[in-house]
Amino acid sequence: MRRKGKRFDPDLLLTPPFSLLTPHSSLTMRSIDGAVLDLKKLDLLATGDSVVHRLDARAKVLTTLVFIITVVSFNRYAFTALFPFFIYPVVIAALANLPAGYIVRKILMVVPFALVVGMLNPIFDRELFVRLGPLAVTGGWLSCASIIIRTVLTVGAAVILVAVTGFLPVCQALERLGTPRTFTVQLLFLFRYIFVLTEEGARAARARELRACGRKGLGLASFGPLIGHLLIRTWLRAERVHMAMLARGFTGEFHSRRQSVFGWRELGYVAGWSALFVVFRLENAAQWLGGLFTGLLA
Amino acid sequence: MSHHIVAVKHLRHVYADGTVALQDVSFTIHHGESVAIIGANGAGKSTLLLHLNGYLTPSAGEIRIGDFPLTRKTLPEIRRTVGMVFQDADDQLFMPTVFDDVAFGPFNLGLPVDEVKQRVGDVLAQVGAAHLQEKPPYHLSGGEKKRVAIATVLAMSPDILVMDEPTSGLDPYARRQLIGLLKDFRHTRIFTSHDLDMVLELCERTIVLHQGAVKADGPTREIFGDEALLAECRLEKPLSMQGCPVCGKGR
Repeated sequence: MRRKGKRFDPDLLLTPPFSLLTPHSSLTMRSIDGAVLDLKKLDLLATGDSVVHRLDARAKVLTTLVFIITVVSFNRYAFTALFPFFIYPVVIAALANLPAGYIVRKILMVVPFALVVGMLNPIFDRELFVRLGPLAVTGGWLSCASIIIRTVLTVGAAVILVAVTGFLPVCQALERLGTPRTFTVQLLFLFRYIFVLTEEGARAARARELRACGRKGLGLASFGPLIGHLLIRTWLRAERVHMAMLARGFTGEFHSRRQSVFGWRELGYVAGWSALFVVFRLENAAQWLGGLFTGLLA
Repeated sequence: MSHHIVAVKHLRHVYADGTVALQDVSFTIHHGESVAIIGANGAGKSTLLLHLNGYLTPSAGEIRIGDFPLTRKTLPEIRRTVGMVFQDADDQLFMPTVFDDVAFGPFNLGLPVDEVKQRVGDVLAQVGAAHLQEKPPYHLSGGEKKRVAIATVLAMSPDILVMDEPTSGLDPYARRQLIGLLKDFRHTRIFTSHDLDMVLELCERTIVLHQGAVKADGPTREIFGDEALLAECRLEKPLSMQGCPVCGKGR
């Protein structure tokens, strides 16, 4: 039986045997292991069963693409006009019963990178834009905020796409939409390789740490061989995994049990959302709504 | 039924770094036989197994599975016929859920979805893992992983089962369960193992590899009775054939 509407319990991943790191384990190791489990969890969410889960993956991929393109196509000072777009991730996450906290945490992980990108804007762009009482908002601050909002929106949409579809079906959808197979298979192997690499990495880090007796180990010099070993070990392991795939008749194609067709429901999904995104792009819905309210009050 | 024969003739394998892993190995295994390949570490067991489903190409010699010689052309058919269970179940389970993992092979065979679902259900029930279907493989215990790994192979309905160290890393209960499961199979079975008590229980025939060559090939009990041979090949009698450690009787 599929888990119907049941939420994934994040605490599950903190109970043994998943929390079975040695007491000496440092925060870095914990975070490596944790990050991998977190990624696997994203894939697991996709096994859920909801209206959104059941849609053909192509519809979800296309909608996400339209969403991302409309969001990034705004000019760099766009700020209020971006807010209506939050309706999409919020509605999908609610319909698909995704754990909000988990999704938010995933998105927040990327925000610092956006901050680095936008951080210099307030310094260089000091042109006064709006004055909110004593607070002067310059163009730089506005564009920096815009970058962050856009990051949250686009990363959120991508995370939600994988959470309601699964990485494998996303790749299959890309292929059925015309992406060359070499590319999608590479993408899939990359995804699988992340787990292989981090698992081996966590093991090597643990072994090093247990023999470092609480000190910092042999310093930077020991890291060279460690990383070299890591490469060879992951290589060998990846080869064994590949061997297991070949042994079971792998020919470069991944299949999925969810057989779906691109029907009217999918067409409606893509057309409906796309139309809404285009409207949001052309009209500042936030301003319009604000105007409506102030008009009513007046 | 001649088509389940595994025939290895003068097999030689030299790795790229010059290590001669197999010197000259020949044997024939017939339909329905259960055969153990034993030997010390580095005797060439794993290299031999990797040849049986065509993952390694012989430096010299020939392998025939059933009526086909192992060539590039027959490889897909042979990989379906020879089901390979790896020593480390983690290498074998790579999909997000147990279902997807077991379904991976049948999907590659081109079976329709309904049949794949049926088959997955059947083989998981056969290995006693039906309740694990929707779980991710990394949430399973060692014994469960092993059983699921076996199910992934059974789902391809192979004629020949090849297993590398099936009982390694299992607790006594899981080991006992696995031996019971393997006993019931009617496939041609080939095991490598250091668990000689398991070999004694499951295999009527044993092939001893020593330094890349076949040192002995015969009935398991006979081979385990030859202490000089075992000592030379860095092996020893299974514990169940040794004397009682408490009263000293039975030698």
